Amino acid sequence: MSDLRHTPLFDLHESLGAKMVPFAGYAMPVQYGLGVMKEHLHCRAKAGLFDVSHMGQVKLVGDGAAAALETLVPVDVVGLAEGRQRYGFFTNDAGGISDDLMLANRGDHIFVVVNAACKAADIGHMRAHLKGVEVVEVTDRALLALQGPAAEAVLAGVNPAVADMAFMDVATVDLNGAECWVSRSGYTGEDGFEISVPNADAVALAKLLLAHDDVEAIGLGARDSLRLEGGLCLYGHDIDAETTPVEAALTWAIQKVRRTGGDRAGGFPGADIILAQIADGADRKRVGLRPEGRAPMREGVLLFDEADAVTPIGQITSGGFGPTVEGPVAMGYVATAHAAKGTVVCGELRGKRLPLTVTALPFTPANFKR
Amino acid sequence: MKFTEEHEWLRIEDDVVVVGITEHAATQLGDIVFVELPEVGTEVVIDDEAVVIESVKAASDILSPLDGEIVEVNEALADNPGLVNEDPLGNGWFFKIKSDDLSKMDEYLDEAAYKALVE
Repeated sequence: MSDLRHTPLFDLHESLGAKMVPFAGYAMPVQYGLGVMKEHLHCRAKAGLFDVSHMGQVKLVGDGAAAALETLVPVDVVGLAEGRQRYGFFTNDAGGISDDLMLANRGDHIFVVVNAACKAADIGHMRAHLKGVEVVEVTDRALLALQGPAAEAVLAGVNPAVADMAFMDVATVDLNGAECWVSRSGYTGEDGFEISVPNADAVALAKLLLAHDDVEAIGLGARDSLRLEGGLCLYGHDIDAETTPVEAALTWAIQKVRRTGGDRAGGFPGADIILAQIADGADRKRVGLRPEGRAPMREGVLLFDEADAVTPIGQITSGGFGPTVEGPVAMGYVATAHAAKGTVVCGELRGKRLPLTVTALPFTPANFKR
Repeated sequence: MKFTEEHEWLRIEDDVVVVGITEHAATQLGDIVFVELPEVGTEVVIDDEAVVIESVKAASDILSPLDGEIVEVNEALADNPGLVNEDPLGNGWFFKIKSDDLSKMDEYLDEAAYKALVE
């Protein structure tokens, strides 16, 4: 793993007994001593600290940054108030998703957080297309996520100001003497915060948070099961260059102002295809799936409408065991005719066709502070 | 007790052999969430896929270490697969196999040799 990049917390992970694995070019903790199951349950019960420093942090600087970014994402960026954040995605000319991201209005710039595996491509894409905008990759900051019902109390113990933040608020906050860029968000389905902290201050802040009785370090393994139960897409699996936002059931992230009839309708790559699908529907849809019994069904499992059908109607894109649900959970794409809640389909597992039920997402209720 | 290089243990109990996985294997697999056991009465030969274990991370196959007939399976694992993590050498056993040919047992590792393998 010598050719892998390290986050500023690498030595801390090793000292905490993490099992390190390669992920998107980085050596990252997949689990600590508790193991995936207990880490997952701890995050839902109290609070978990995640190192997500491998993700790309980018500042878009310039008067026209918001309007320019709207040429790449089908999201209302211009209308995003200062101190607020939004989920979005870059689209391609075929209407597919080239990455998903968080974008925030931090006053004098738009702050963007993108996936680790896509960050070089995303930055190149923004530099090529955002004319008159300075695209600055932030490499001197780590990114921590503190997630779970105790996250507010824990972080408010460091600076009480964070308790006043609502879901998707962003603010510059002093934490343990460091200037941190904090958002009230995350990717677990729990309340919590993402904290951009200067590299030099990251270990001290992480140790301070971990010193709280309610906080445990959580690895990528539980991060994956938490986001899956939360019904949240993993780029490269549940969404990719071949899936459109409408197929992916992410139409909610395309505000009315960017849809047909809106003041700034279209104007993003693949707009003709995506707006037509919003009007007319798509042929397939991302849905939640609950396998019957206990056997997990994972990415790649083919789905059929009948036990003896020859042609698949879809495929699982993420699946595993949901520790909070206490059973297997999955997401995947099915033909729209089979996408209604309660529809029973079959998944082929080790040569057997086993039933799954199309289920509302998320599997566990979201616990955000609105 | 004998051990295979695939991290199974075998224990002769009366006229059958009990099979499970080692603590090392259980730890490596992580939290086990599902175990698919063979049907009682199944005839297996060495290296037949006998058990599928699903952990939070992935599915793994357990191959039969002997030729013979599956005479009993650990039904408790259906509701509580975590027994494999909690007590891999005891309550987390998988199946009992009745074999006419136990000579293969001699080829498997003793405890000292297995410990040397995993350390």
